[in-house]
Amino acid sequence: MTQFCETALEAVSCVQDGDTVLLSGFGAVGMPIALLDALIEQGTTGLTIVSNNAGKGTTGLAALLAKGQVRKMICTFPRQNDSWIFNDLYRAGKIELEVVPQGTLTERIRAAGAGIGAFYCPTGVGTLLAEGKETRDIDGRTYVLEYPLRGDVALVGAHVADRMGNLIYRKTARSFGPVMATAAATTVVQVSRTVEIGAIDPENVVTPSIFVDRVVAVGDAE
Amino acid sequence: MNGVLSKEELAATVARDIPPGSYVNLGIGMPALVADYLDPLAGVVLHTENGMLNMGPAAVGDEIDPDLVNAGKMPVTELAGCSYFDSAVSFGMMRGGHLDVAILGGFQVSATGDLANWLTNAPDAIPSVGGAMDLAIGAKRVFVMMSLLTKDGEPKVVPECTYPLTGQRCVDRVYTDIATFEIAPEGVRVLASYGATFRELVDLLDVPLIDHTGALAALD
Repeated sequence: MTQFCETALEAVSCVQDGDTVLLSGFGAVGMPIALLDALIEQGTTGLTIVSNNAGKGTTGLAALLAKGQVRKMICTFPRQNDSWIFNDLYRAGKIELEVVPQGTLTERIRAAGAGIGAFYCPTGVGTLLAEGKETRDIDGRTYVLEYPLRGDVALVGAHVADRMGNLIYRKTARSFGPVMATAAATTVVQVSRTVEIGAIDPENVVTPSIFVDRVVAVGDAE
Repeated sequence: MNGVLSKEELAATVARDIPPGSYVNLGIGMPALVADYLDPLAGVVLHTENGMLNMGPAAVGDEIDPDLVNAGKMPVTELAGCSYFDSAVSFGMMRGGHLDVAILGGFQVSATGDLANWLTNAPDAIPSVGGAMDLAIGAKRVFVMMSLLTKDGEPKVVPECTYPLTGQRCVDRVYTDIATFEIAPEGVRVLASYGATFRELVDLLDVPLIDHTGALAALD
């Protein structure tokens, strides 16, 4: 059953030192800022964060990085014009980085959530990012063996949850959220608001409640 | 002959070569300019990797919605008939061969169509690949859009890429400010040139070039 939390701090209380955290968001879009702020307040450290980017400006993920709570980033595109907090940590050797092609990252997470043991992927063949990985030729094409990537916790930003825990998202803020929600031992979701059961058309549910463990509503304002 | 086509003219040139009705992904940076030159009547559908089809032009003023951005995280708009989907579906569209054309920026393209566009050899470079590798090997056709020469005047169409690869043998066409090239099995075909003669291109580039008539120029 989905648990509804009063506060973001209560929602992230399941995150422990050393956890691997799947963090939704394409840049700041779809990123659960209130959950990250609560994680900073909670002070959890030694985290591995799996996310598309590595923080921008001084808020959200960048703030978590600045506090030294992250040991390793697994992401696709850390370098942005305002990613200076990550850049400085990386160049000072204070954070590990694993770069993964974006489609491979999301498919590895999907595989974890869908019970797939590993998969052969055509992306990255012959590049640095496939070095040392097993390859296999199938029907005349070369593929790289990729393994699932699961989280201890997923922190997901969504738009609305009903009181079952079914989720809908908003526009391009959907992105990684529905995939990450399936692939963690505990999925914690930040929504703008919750609605009664039946208020979301069942045909329109994007993430079914079975994937959602905790929900906190934080309002529309960031 | 440097910079014969402006970025805008280059974008217009690429836009004219996209078949009507195509599903197209525009990479970040210069390729994003192509959107401004597509004929609205051509029915080209733009895909953005963060999970949208039929993306509209850049959003301005009241149109800006913080939940609606393109791959470069710039605010964009919806066109009628657009759709949203998650990241796994979006990249399945690429790898599954559903996109007709991907237009990517480039650091280097080799004579055999290898692409390097994600990482330089600079010691303090921060590796960032995004969706480039997925697009390079996934789209049915890959067009690269770049200047032909580096700031130091070095050619970016090369015998072998010296920067780390994005994809092997994945590029179909290279659109530059000085010439447009097609990567063909028999060599690099010059489809158009702007202010440079074929002979000048042969002298400039260390790759086997084929002129408009199909004749292969001898390398010196």
